[in-house]
Amino acid sequence: MADAAVHEHDHKPGFFERWFMSTNHKDIGILYLFTSAIVGFVAVAFTVYMRMELKDPGVQFMCAEGARLFADGTCAPNGHLWNVLVTAHGILMMFFVVIPAMFGGFGNFFMPLHIGAPDMAFPRMNNLSYWLYVAGSSLAIASVLSPGGNGQMGSGVGWVLYPPLSTSEQGFSMDLAIFAVHLSGASSVLGSINMITTFLNMRAPGMTLFKVPLFAWSIFVTAWLILLSLPVLAGAITMLLTDRNFGTTFFQAEGGGDPILYQHILWFFGHPEVYIIILPGFGIISHVISTFSRKPVFGYLPMVWALIAIGALGFVVWAHHMYTVGMSLTQQTYFMLATMVIAVPTGVKIFSWIATMWGGSIEFKTPMLYAFGFLFLFTVGGVTGIVLAQAGIDRAYHDTYYVVAHFHYVMSLGAVFAIFAGMYYWIGKMSGRQYPEWLGQIQFWTMFIGANVTFFPQHFLGRQGMPRRYIDYPEAFAYWNEVSSWGAFLAFSSFLLFIGIIVYTILAGRPISEKSYWNEHADTLEWTLPTPPPAHTFETLPRREDWDRGHSH
Amino acid sequence: MAHEKNHDYHILHPSVWPFIGAVSGFIMLFGFVLAFGQNTPESLQQPYMFIIGLIGVCYVMYAWWADVIRESIVGDHTPVVRIGLRYGFIMFIMSEVMFFSAWFWAFFKNALYPMSPESPAVDGVWPPAGIETFDPWHLPLINTLILLCSGAAATWAHHAIAHENNRKDMATGLIVAIILGVLFTVFQAYEYSHAAFGFSGNIYGATFFMATGFHGFHVIIGTIFLFVCYLRVRAGHFTAERHVGYEAAAWYWHFVDVVWLFLFASIYIWGS
Repeated sequence: MADAAVHEHDHKPGFFERWFMSTNHKDIGILYLFTSAIVGFVAVAFTVYMRMELKDPGVQFMCAEGARLFADGTCAPNGHLWNVLVTAHGILMMFFVVIPAMFGGFGNFFMPLHIGAPDMAFPRMNNLSYWLYVAGSSLAIASVLSPGGNGQMGSGVGWVLYPPLSTSEQGFSMDLAIFAVHLSGASSVLGSINMITTFLNMRAPGMTLFKVPLFAWSIFVTAWLILLSLPVLAGAITMLLTDRNFGTTFFQAEGGGDPILYQHILWFFGHPEVYIIILPGFGIISHVISTFSRKPVFGYLPMVWALIAIGALGFVVWAHHMYTVGMSLTQQTYFMLATMVIAVPTGVKIFSWIATMWGGSIEFKTPMLYAFGFLFLFTVGGVTGIVLAQAGIDRAYHDTYYVVAHFHYVMSLGAVFAIFAGMYYWIGKMSGRQYPEWLGQIQFWTMFIGANVTFFPQHFLGRQGMPRRYIDYPEAFAYWNEVSSWGAFLAFSSFLLFIGIIVYTILAGRPISEKSYWNEHADTLEWTLPTPPPAHTFETLPRREDWDRGHSH
Repeated sequence: MAHEKNHDYHILHPSVWPFIGAVSGFIMLFGFVLAFGQNTPESLQQPYMFIIGLIGVCYVMYAWWADVIRESIVGDHTPVVRIGLRYGFIMFIMSEVMFFSAWFWAFFKNALYPMSPESPAVDGVWPPAGIETFDPWHLPLINTLILLCSGAAATWAHHAIAHENNRKDMATGLIVAIILGVLFTVFQAYEYSHAAFGFSGNIYGATFFMATGFHGFHVIIGTIFLFVCYLRVRAGHFTAERHVGYEAAAWYWHFVDVVWLFLFASIYIWGS
């Protein structure tokens, strides 16, 4: 039996074989992280260009005469270009950056290590997930560059792809975008099948479900959300596709259809998607806080059940995104109450992290700074979420910058900060080289200040009534828009610094060889492996004393 | 040996199929948009790209699964790996169930709350005015019986291999199941060709053809899956202990069966 793995050690794979034909969960995890960084850079560049445009009232850069980087001459506003950038930023960030980085990247690399598995359950399918993700990203970029509405390139319909806008958008750009989401969905569903099977079937001997580290748990719960919600989205966008190309009337009122149906099906996926994005972040933060507080995580069991509860509740609150479409009072009341219930398990998590730090010996290394940033900013985003959950108040805030501020606090400052924390926490383990701590600290503080200066004023703009998704605004909104834009430029330079730090670390960072280079409270299984880990790990399954600390972590 | 594998999990060789499969998928979908898109410029409306991609996808599926069968024959599929394969397939079926829930959602929304030109002041009716639906107790009932019998034949084949290790009976059961599956598809095609409503322009046809059409597509996939199992049992592949491939096919076939029962009950009987 299975002589395959044995012989592989005598043979060092070539470049193509290692990176294009991989069946190795660590290599595929690195591919995911690398690709999502590139796509992330594109999506961030789009948004910096949008903030440039919004810095001053009037339109200076996105001109019908041609987009430009320096304001000069006459400029007729090109709203289509603006809409395309808004759409592309959303779709790329949602489907092609955050899920691949956390679920695909960290999930692939560390979930099998945390449970002591030699690889994923289906290593070849794992690679299919990755390449479908690349194919999907390519279709998404192709969509931006294909003939679209208004005789220009790209589709300007918003990432939610609401009909009738998305069904009437000209050109085939929209169809490519739909297929891009199909491919990304297939990739994520295959990935989640893989993660769930690995988690259920390949845990180290003796590692019962409630002894599994929290990051692996968060990936497991996320995988269920993907498995059960993404196929529903696939159905919704397939109906968009037939409405566009084959004359069906699912969302066309003149043929007896109903555009609101699309919103329901989309958000049945869309709300779990929010938790798909944030749950792996919860997992990462738990490990970082525990390590740098030198204490096991407070309340391991409630932490696990909170993950499960958030995942389950995430499926029954979707219509709080649609209070203004004309639902009955009963429906609005239900969705309002159900939404607020989610604050309970989320509170369990926040307070448990704080309790973990309580009395701990806290060390402010960069990952811990990011975990602090995450705690503070995610809580701000969560609290504005409670505000928006009120159907009555949402009447005023719907589609204003208040909503933009809210979801960027949860996703951009919550999920993305968790990715930063994970990168700084694990890059030494992944690459065998450590990042320069002082640069990491600078990067954190510039990012923290930049991101807050960007998004906090957007609460004010929303309260003043500035609607989202517009290229221009009246003078009255000028002040906070300018502040917000300066914040975005600062955050962008911090992002460039981050890329520089990562490149420097990989090429010339300080080599480290200690297995556990933080402290003895980083006690999950990846810290028992050499740094960097060999191609094949746990060829002899870990013994119980390697991971069972007698306490839960 | 320091690096010997000391566990029963399946560590795979590098494989080029995922990469080629994803590239083919990209070509196929881009080609689909070019070939069938209503908004594609005339000059680009050619089917070639789609066909090339489709051939690539089909070839990768063939080559990949041939690899899986080969690995199973050399014994890579230890008991724990077989458990994993079953988990994986059950999860795949769960995702399919959620995929179908989108079509049922669209159907029930429209059947329960039909829209009229005066909505929301005046509700519509279901089926919409002017739509002549199928008589559920005619061809649809026969198709239901056909599919149930096919499921029974698949179960017979399963029992033959699992309890009696009898490949001959298994092959016979599979042939019966496959012929009935093909018959179902033929009857369904006949029914489609006599429909008094179209796919486009009306909401009844849209929900009807989308739900039953995707089901029909799954019947065809399931029939092919069973046919592959038939070829494999003829080649002497399955034993009483080891027949995960057939188990997956049977589960898939029963899933298709159950979806049909829901379609029959809700769209054909209740919704007409």
